[in-house]
Amino acid sequence: MSKTGLIISREYFTRVRKKSFLLTTILVPLVIVAFYAAIIMITVKGGTDETKLAIIDEAGLFSDSLLSEQKTIKASIIKNETENSFTPKYKDQGYQAFLYVPMVNFDSVQKLSVHSTSSLSLTNSIAIERLTNKAIENKRLVSKGIDPNVYKSITANVKIENTIDSKDGSKKGSAGIAYAVSFLCGILIYMMMIIYGTQVMRGVMEEKTNRIAEVIVSSVKPFQLMLGKIIGIGAVGLTQFAIWIILMSILTSIIPLLVPGLSEQVSAAAATGGDAAKDVNMLATISAGLATLPIAKIVFLFMFYFLAGYLTYASLFAAIGSVVSEDQQEAQQLIFPVLMPIIVGFVIMTQSINNPHSSLAVFGSLFPLTSPIVMMGRITYDIPMWQLIVSMLLLVGSFLFFTWITGKIYRTGILMYGKKPSWKEMLKWAFKKN
Amino acid sequence: MDLLELRNLKKYFATQKAVDDISLTIKEGSIFGMLGPNGAGKTTLLRMITGIFYPDSGEVIFNGKKFDPMSDFRNIGYMPEERGLYKKMKIGEQAVYLARLKGLSKAEANQKVKEWFVKFEMQSWWNKKVEDLSKGMSQKLQFVTTVLHEPKLIILDEPFSGLDPVNANLIKDEIFKLAKNGSTIIFSTHRMEQVEEICDHIVLINKGQKILDGSVYNVKQDFKENIYQLGATTLPEHMMTYIFEVVKHERDKVLLKLQHDATPNDVLKHFINHGIPIHSFNEVLPSLNDIFIKLVEGTTNARQFQPIK
Repeated sequence: MSKTGLIISREYFTRVRKKSFLLTTILVPLVIVAFYAAIIMITVKGGTDETKLAIIDEAGLFSDSLLSEQKTIKASIIKNETENSFTPKYKDQGYQAFLYVPMVNFDSVQKLSVHSTSSLSLTNSIAIERLTNKAIENKRLVSKGIDPNVYKSITANVKIENTIDSKDGSKKGSAGIAYAVSFLCGILIYMMMIIYGTQVMRGVMEEKTNRIAEVIVSSVKPFQLMLGKIIGIGAVGLTQFAIWIILMSILTSIIPLLVPGLSEQVSAAAATGGDAAKDVNMLATISAGLATLPIAKIVFLFMFYFLAGYLTYASLFAAIGSVVSEDQQEAQQLIFPVLMPIIVGFVIMTQSINNPHSSLAVFGSLFPLTSPIVMMGRITYDIPMWQLIVSMLLLVGSFLFFTWITGKIYRTGILMYGKKPSWKEMLKWAFKKN
Repeated sequence: MDLLELRNLKKYFATQKAVDDISLTIKEGSIFGMLGPNGAGKTTLLRMITGIFYPDSGEVIFNGKKFDPMSDFRNIGYMPEERGLYKKMKIGEQAVYLARLKGLSKAEANQKVKEWFVKFEMQSWWNKKVEDLSKGMSQKLQFVTTVLHEPKLIILDEPFSGLDPVNANLIKDEIFKLAKNGSTIIFSTHRMEQVEEICDHIVLINKGQKILDGSVYNVKQDFKENIYQLGATTLPEHMMTYIFEVVKHERDKVLLKLQHDATPNDVLKHFINHGIPIHSFNEVLPSLNDIFIKLVEGTTNARQFQPIK
């Protein structure tokens, strides 16, 4: 085995065999799956709590048939009470809220007030608003001589479905799913670059403070040591990804078995219709939406940008680790200019998901320090081939450039003790011959 | 045959001439002492020999060829002054890893590590971590990892610091054995009594320059001051003569410094003629410690920073 290979395998196995690695690798997907399961449980089971609303309808806006149509709100008309007399009582009678409608003209009414024991939830206040508006609309329709049923029959309710015409033929698009996939990929690369980048930095600092670096560089070139560390830790990251993907797919497929009766509940909810059915349909839309995405292309781009982005930044992190000594605070100061472009990239990424062809998005996905993250924001859209090629070439080029420069800083820094070098000194090391 | 030859090595740092034009040769199979006060430039010189630093100018000739770190790493074992080991790594694994980095195969490395662990009675350490070891124990481990791959050149920077006398002897014996088997050893220290005991040849470095070079015997001869010690059962109170000067007078022995080209025989004749019963007479050579202090004294203790022009 080559010496670099030896270093890679040491870096890899010492990390993978650690208990903390096993723990995070197994716990993270468990937490995600548990979260996912909880959401399903809530959407299926939830929504059974009705809000009881009392209405004092002095203007006579609400009809019984309208109130009986409501699902989330159980409203009842209270008679023979006034606003003042009912305010102290509604709570004792089991109502969470009560709506007071004074003698108003429904053609000109602008505002009504609702009493409640605690502040109303957003969904409830929207529901009450919708209910009231519906009642007023009905009154206005009748006063204008229009049958509400006729009005209902002419109200349009058309859904827009996006079909993308690309080279590989037309397919259905799904903006929501595309958005989620982009965001997830971007956030993963962002996290991995920071987590594994700082691991590289800490590894280099450890070797420097333990003084093992001096022993090792009498056996191998400093550059081999640096490269071995970077590749070894990158392999740990890939292993973690692989385990996550496998665990997640296993867990999601066995959840229905673990929670018996879940599938019956889902189908029951679907059969009865209503809001729960909508949520179940959403699950179906998610899997349908995933199927429409170019999975192979996304996986390839994700892996490429993860690796190339990680390699570019890891060499910078290694250089930082090599110039600081024991002092963590020194590392913090130096780390900031390296974290900046990662964070900026993340911000541009969130923008470019909404606007994938804007000039900011195009710039961000070409500029090599932000491209690994920003490109993820555009990954589900059709990216012009030239942009992909330029972005990849720039990234690989900057990886080579940074590794070359930081290798020199690393070589000098790792054997220097005492005072932290200034930026000027580091630049001098970087461009020094041999 | 010379194993190592340094030709006009120079290494300047931003504020210091760490190594300023040093040339020397080291014979194969010898134990070579490199002495010098703190900050003299010893570590920098050693780092250039091990290929960690590139010299600014000058050449390192190793085994008859220009030194090439990539191919000569295998032939060098370097134990730096600041000990370095991975704290969290198991000891056996770590020793095997370091040996493999030197170019040994896995099986070879395993076997060698086991042999050395038996030799140093360290078998029970295999699955322990370095952080569990005492300073002396990790010192032994570091020594093992340095010599394990049987390098032609072994460089030991303060190998005995932190070792108790038993373990120091253990390592000293190994150093002699290694030299006997043909390894060349560079031994850097400021402990002069160890140098006198172990080294064949020494150089003294101060302020980046070589100020002394020779075998221990020759150096001592060069710096001797013609001082002799004479022991007798009774000595007269006053010994006035042109042959010698009394340096130190005790009840039954006296230190004499010869004068006016007198020889030891003249001294003996003088005492015999006076009827004094002599029971011992020998030359007193200066210790390396005295020579070291004499040469380095007067120069400022700590090196000052100097601008490089």
